[in-house]
Amino acid sequence: MREHLRIYRYAAAALLLLGATLATSAGAEDLAIRNCTWCHGTSAQGYTPAPRLAGQRAAYIEGQLYKFRAQDRNAPIDKQYMWAAAENLSDQRIHALAAYFAGLTPRAAEDGDSAIVTRGKEIYQNGLPSENIVACVACHGPDAQGVGRIPRLAGLDYDYLKRRLEQWSEGYSVSGALPMPHIAGQLSPDKIKALASYLSFVRYARAAK
Amino acid sequence: MPATFNRPTRPLRNELAHLRSGALAIALLLAGGLTAPALAKADHSIAGKFAYCQDCHGPNGQGFRGYYPIPRLGGQQVQYIKNQLEAFLEHRRKNAIMLNVAHGLDRGMMNALAEKFHRLDPRPIGGAPRRLIARGKEIFQAGIPQANVAACAACHGPGATGKNEIPRLAGQLYEYVVAKLVNWNKERGQIPSRPDTSLIMEPVAHSLTRAEAQAVAAYVSTLR
Repeated sequence: MREHLRIYRYAAAALLLLGATLATSAGAEDLAIRNCTWCHGTSAQGYTPAPRLAGQRAAYIEGQLYKFRAQDRNAPIDKQYMWAAAENLSDQRIHALAAYFAGLTPRAAEDGDSAIVTRGKEIYQNGLPSENIVACVACHGPDAQGVGRIPRLAGLDYDYLKRRLEQWSEGYSVSGALPMPHIAGQLSPDKIKALASYLSFVRYARAAK
Repeated sequence: MPATFNRPTRPLRNELAHLRSGALAIALLLAGGLTAPALAKADHSIAGKFAYCQDCHGPNGQGFRGYYPIPRLGGQQVQYIKNQLEAFLEHRRKNAIMLNVAHGLDRGMMNALAEKFHRLDPRPIGGAPRRLIARGKEIFQAGIPQANVAACAACHGPGATGKNEIPRLAGQLYEYVVAKLVNWNKERGQIPSRPDTSLIMEPVAHSLTRAEAQAVAAYVSTLR
């Protein structure tokens, strides 16, 4: 009887261990994901002021998490929320989180000012050579889908896009972010609003590469 | 004596000079104050335009892997850069982004920017498939006689540094060179009535298979 009890105890302990192991390996779907989605929205579509993660480039998410962990991305809101969030993430966890969120299908926020979308599209696609403003399309792609470490901008929310463009000119997060700090510095407030409005309406297009 | 009769004495001349420079200063101040808001903040100096080029082509002109491969301009031949800017402007070379860029540059600026890029010597950014390099070196140095492919080195030089209108290929982005070689006649020489130097490369590019183009591109991308 005592033997049996011991066996049961061992079995129970083994089951607990197995459960714990499963929970850790399933962590990407469970614990860590929930820590992200408190702010980024339950389906990671963004929840102001936290941007959409769904469909973002995996290599970009990964790179940004490293920057938060190293405190290189340092706007006030980054310090307030993302420094602590990224502080204890392992490299493997960062990789797994990036892959998970990149695999979700994004929905466009469509929350910009539709009256200035045409102006924003013009700047995005052609730049403004007379004002030394480069065409965003060269790096971010014709559908703002991004590639590799270059982020997808399509359908991100208006406020996030606007604030990111403003933050570089304010001197935040410039480390390792070339050429964006210089490019953003050429953009007047009305051009930033136009670009952010346009991009918020660009629908998801799965990139060929 | 009559020649100096109307000349003011030295002190008076100094007075006049002061008056003139004072008036000039006031005029400049007025002009500056009136035109400053209209000019916004775009910097039309060579340094300002150069920074605009660097946004895409890299701080040292090393090139950049954007959504499209953006070519290295560091160490590029001045004449080649100028020729390409003209070709974009005249729609002989098709590229929507560079057509816009070229519209914002006058001839003097084109020259100044080409000179600045020519003087840069960045390290190649790398990233080409290494297994292709050996085959690429063979093609670059000896050509493919049975396929009517001339040795690249014959025109571009043994170190692929180019000369005058012949471009430098050393250190150029792998993806960029591949894309140019496989699209040659869709992108260059687009106005047959106005032939340009792109005609020289046309038969060679046509004779290269994609695999051969990739091999050559891998090789030149590693050259310093």
